[in-house]
Amino acid sequence: MRSSQVVSQLLRVSDVTNRRSLRRRQLMDRAAEALILSFASIAIAIILLIFVYVGREALPLLWENVDGASLASTVTPPADWQPVSANPRYNVIPLILGTLKVTFIAMLFGTPLALAAALYTSEFAPVRLREWIKPSVELLAGIPSVVMGFFALIVLASWLQEQFGLEFRLNALNAGIALALAIIPIIYTVSEDALSAVPNHYREASLALGASKIQTAVRVVFPAAMPGIGAAMILGFGRAIGETMIVLMASGNAAYMSLSPFVSTRTLSATVAAELGEVVFGGGHYRILFFLGTLLFVVTSVLNWAGDRYNRRMRMKLFGAE
Amino acid sequence: MLLLAGCPAPQSEHQTITIKGSDTMVQLGQRWAEVYMQQHPDVTIQVTAGGSGNGIAALIGGTTQICQASRAMKDAEKESLKSKRNLDAVETPVALDALAIYVNKENPIKTLTMEQIGKIYLGEITNWKDVGGTPGNIVLYGRENSSGTYVYFKEHVLADKDFPSKYQALPGTGAVVDAVAKDKGGIGYGGIGYATDIKTIGISKDPKGAAIEPSMANVLSGTYPISRQLYWYTAGPAEGAVKALQDWVLSPEGQKVVTEKGFYPLKGE
Repeated sequence: MRSSQVVSQLLRVSDVTNRRSLRRRQLMDRAAEALILSFASIAIAIILLIFVYVGREALPLLWENVDGASLASTVTPPADWQPVSANPRYNVIPLILGTLKVTFIAMLFGTPLALAAALYTSEFAPVRLREWIKPSVELLAGIPSVVMGFFALIVLASWLQEQFGLEFRLNALNAGIALALAIIPIIYTVSEDALSAVPNHYREASLALGASKIQTAVRVVFPAAMPGIGAAMILGFGRAIGETMIVLMASGNAAYMSLSPFVSTRTLSATVAAELGEVVFGGGHYRILFFLGTLLFVVTSVLNWAGDRYNRRMRMKLFGAE
Repeated sequence: MLLLAGCPAPQSEHQTITIKGSDTMVQLGQRWAEVYMQQHPDVTIQVTAGGSGNGIAALIGGTTQICQASRAMKDAEKESLKSKRNLDAVETPVALDALAIYVNKENPIKTLTMEQIGKIYLGEITNWKDVGGTPGNIVLYGRENSSGTYVYFKEHVLADKDFPSKYQALPGTGAVVDAVAKDKGGIGYGGIGYATDIKTIGISKDPKGAAIEPSMANVLSGTYPISRQLYWYTAGPAEGAVKALQDWVLSPEGQKVVTEKGFYPLKGE
């Protein structure tokens, strides 16, 4: 009787502690959730605030004309970028052309390499090798862009000039190739993930029907992962457009209107980086540079958002749900 | 150590002096700081670059005590300092700099006239054969428009006209020197202190005139046409540790560092 009393007593105690610890755990969970939520909102708030700040500095261009700088002046001919001048001209067309030119060259060199590497690692490479290749390529993303810019400035530029007898040592091709090195890891990682996410029964069905390994990879797996690969390319494109240090060092920074990849080229990002340090606060040049910043911000945000959507669409396609 | 009369507090505690400004002068400033700090362990000097304009902005904003500038402060900037901090900008020339014209070592050109240099940088002369060199395109290098050197060159050589769109703006005089050293058709400009691995050319008054080299004698006598003073600016007259540093920089010992770094001392040697 005594012992049963003790037992029931003990049970009651443990019940109470259990209930207590359960409540405590629930509280802890809720607190952690709130903490994480607040961190996430801080991140979003910071991005929004940056956008508001950058946009606000450019906004007066809509209704004002400060020393010849207005929204219209960014497209008014002649196509000259001469912001520090007795007669300042703020036409941004050469800069936009330069940015697109360098970005397309980077995509042209980077995409085939990155996609071929991704297809190889996901479809052909032995598991051991794959475990080596993937981290190595991703490590490429960790190389500071100033190092790549330096490499392009010193080594690549001389080599290209010798090979092709170019007039301009620093040019869009040189910057584009260096930029390709910077975007390969992104395109590679995202598309490799997309290819690996294609369910195995796609491959099994294809192989069972008599297709070779290469046919399966190129005709079945690759098309199935297409939205993910599209996302990879969009994200790579966004990275290339915003990249600053490489183009600042390797492109020669001449705002010269030309479609040729062999001439010196000035990009939006390099222009902001090179010129913002010296401009008069609140002046026309200052506002135009913030306008360029806003432009870059919007373009890269839209590209990142589009990339994300493509990725989701692919998951929907392959698994029927997110 | 002798304390200055009228100093309100004892100066024995550790002093930090900040110097900011011209990219052209950053190496000079750092060398000054190193030598001075060795002799005065109680003083820490921080030297940063960023361009003359940035340095002046920092002086106006009160985030630097000394601003190094390779151009004189503009009136608007002086007014801004006056209205924001109610202080006058005090200008102290600290060294002389010859703006050298660089060409590749293999370029046979030895001298150009001011007019020819101007026309080359305006894009009116585009081939070396038009100035007596071996035929080949001239590739223009120079600094970004945030640089004091760019502004000086534009005003004094181009008569404030604009560079052509083929002009390549590079971040830093070091990058300009490197580009010209690697490019046979290249021409660049920048401080004489940076001229290594390239050739600086003499400037003549007319095509047949004698070449004036960017030498110390020619800069001091004012015959070399594109030389300039390099400045230190303070907000109000320098006081205490800043004053001591400034006096040392102007002393023969400080001016020796100027020569060491490839610039020219104010009074010659």
